[in-house]
Amino acid sequence: MTTERPHGLMAHLPMLWPAGMLVLFFVVPFGIMLAVSFFHQVQGAFFEPAFELDNYGRFVSAFFGRALLFSLWISILSAAIVVAVAFPFTYFLTRLRRRAQVPILVFILAVLSLSEVIIGFSWSTLLSRNAGLSNVMVWLGMLPRPVAWTPSFGALLMGMCYLGFPYTVLIVYPAMSRLDPELPEASRMLGASPFRTFFTIVVPVLKTSLMGAVIMVFVFNLGAFLLPQVLGRPPHWTLSVHITDQAVFQSNIPFAAAMAIFLMLFSLAFIGLTLVLGASREAPR
Amino acid sequence: MSRLGSKLFMGLVLLFLAGPLIVVAGVSLNGAQQLLFPPRDPSLRWYAELFNQPDWLNAMGNSLLIAFTSAALAVLIAFPLAWFLWRYRVRYGSVLYGLGVAPFTLPPVITALGFLVFWVSVGLYGSIVATIVSHAIFFVTLPLVTITLGLNSIDRQVVEAATTMGADERKVFTTIILPLIRPYLISGYAFAFVLSLNEYIVAYMVSGFTVETLPIKIFNSLRYGYTPVMAVVAVVFMLFAALVFGLIARFGDLPKLLGAWSKD
Repeated sequence: MTTERPHGLMAHLPMLWPAGMLVLFFVVPFGIMLAVSFFHQVQGAFFEPAFELDNYGRFVSAFFGRALLFSLWISILSAAIVVAVAFPFTYFLTRLRRRAQVPILVFILAVLSLSEVIIGFSWSTLLSRNAGLSNVMVWLGMLPRPVAWTPSFGALLMGMCYLGFPYTVLIVYPAMSRLDPELPEASRMLGASPFRTFFTIVVPVLKTSLMGAVIMVFVFNLGAFLLPQVLGRPPHWTLSVHITDQAVFQSNIPFAAAMAIFLMLFSLAFIGLTLVLGASREAPR
Repeated sequence: MSRLGSKLFMGLVLLFLAGPLIVVAGVSLNGAQQLLFPPRDPSLRWYAELFNQPDWLNAMGNSLLIAFTSAALAVLIAFPLAWFLWRYRVRYGSVLYGLGVAPFTLPPVITALGFLVFWVSVGLYGSIVATIVSHAIFFVTLPLVTITLGLNSIDRQVVEAATTMGADERKVFTTIILPLIRPYLISGYAFAFVLSLNEYIVAYMVSGFTVETLPIKIFNSLRYGYTPVMAVVAVVFMLFAALVFGLIARFGDLPKLLGAWSKD
């Protein structure tokens, strides 16, 4: 990092454009959204300026409370599953030679960039009666006739894991690949298997990264929005789905804004927690 | 368990990732308008359909236009920001960097709703400009992170040597900084491009009813029943993303770009 400070006001000029863009198109929209969340919803029309807490009050109702709890539950569950698989996977990946890592990384990135729409469509095809896995199982004699496994909670959970997996690999990858190679090396010399080395050496050393990854994936999964509609039933709708539903179909933007602000505070609290975890790791022992 | 065990584990995970894509690729080859796997009377007619039907072509055109321009705008915002924060130490630096990273960290529905109320207030709700600018801000994180990574890998002594030999700011920028970070600029653009192509919720909330992109078109068609064209789009997107990231890996150092140390 440089220690040079800009001389005079003119030296700050290059910042005007990026800072202006970010403030105008990111900070201002958030400001408007915060304001709108206190506005009054006019039946059959748009909304009018006001200051009321009704939108937040309505959120405490049983219906949306249940949606919130369900969002939290499925996000935590899928985050835990994904991290449990992605952590050892990334460890083994980083132990490969660079040349061997590259095609796998390209594939992971390609899956990561896939639209949620495409992931939802692919999974609903894979779990469908006509084209799905159950046909293969019938062919193998494990099922009497093909069945549809979607929409269901299991299908949704599977889809969310699929969505979060490549993201998790990329979050964990830096810490894993910077792990001192002598640690697992020493453990291997003493005769431990890769799995044993992983659980007794790697996991304890990277415990804080592990916790950080669980929280990051949890927040990421909270944003899942199309999968609950494609792979789940209406009771499986997450908060993200309800926010869009209120904003686009019910035209109740103040209420949608209140829910979005709530979801944001919630996410920020958890992201803050990862930063605290990260800071305690940096601190001298 | 041995080394074989870890290879087997990786293989199973990769199979899980590839599974749905294999089925979709198979389904896209059906001869009739059915989603059967394995496909019946394999043919490529749905691939031709994607490039012949005006409504799919229109959606593809929108998606490409939005991805090209919004990724360019994202790089144009991220580059000066990353350069300035690398060149100078300013008190507001970390705040601005945080603002640049925030859109990508929060659940996207929040940012999308923010854009929605903003464009409604400005009166541009439903226009393609709104989608382009929103995507640029939403994905500014990617070029910001890659360009910052590139700048930090420049040896400061090279810059100092140039300065002592009489090169001014502009000369240093065009002869040292720009050539050295070009691969990072390109990969930042590519990341933003591919993700914009696949993005749904921001595009939908900002102008989903007037500007139909490919992901929006797929989701809208899902309600009226599945056709193999959707599978074709999924295959094309997957191959395209693999091609772009493969090129980045071919001409750059992908592991380093993703945060590994520079050498084995």
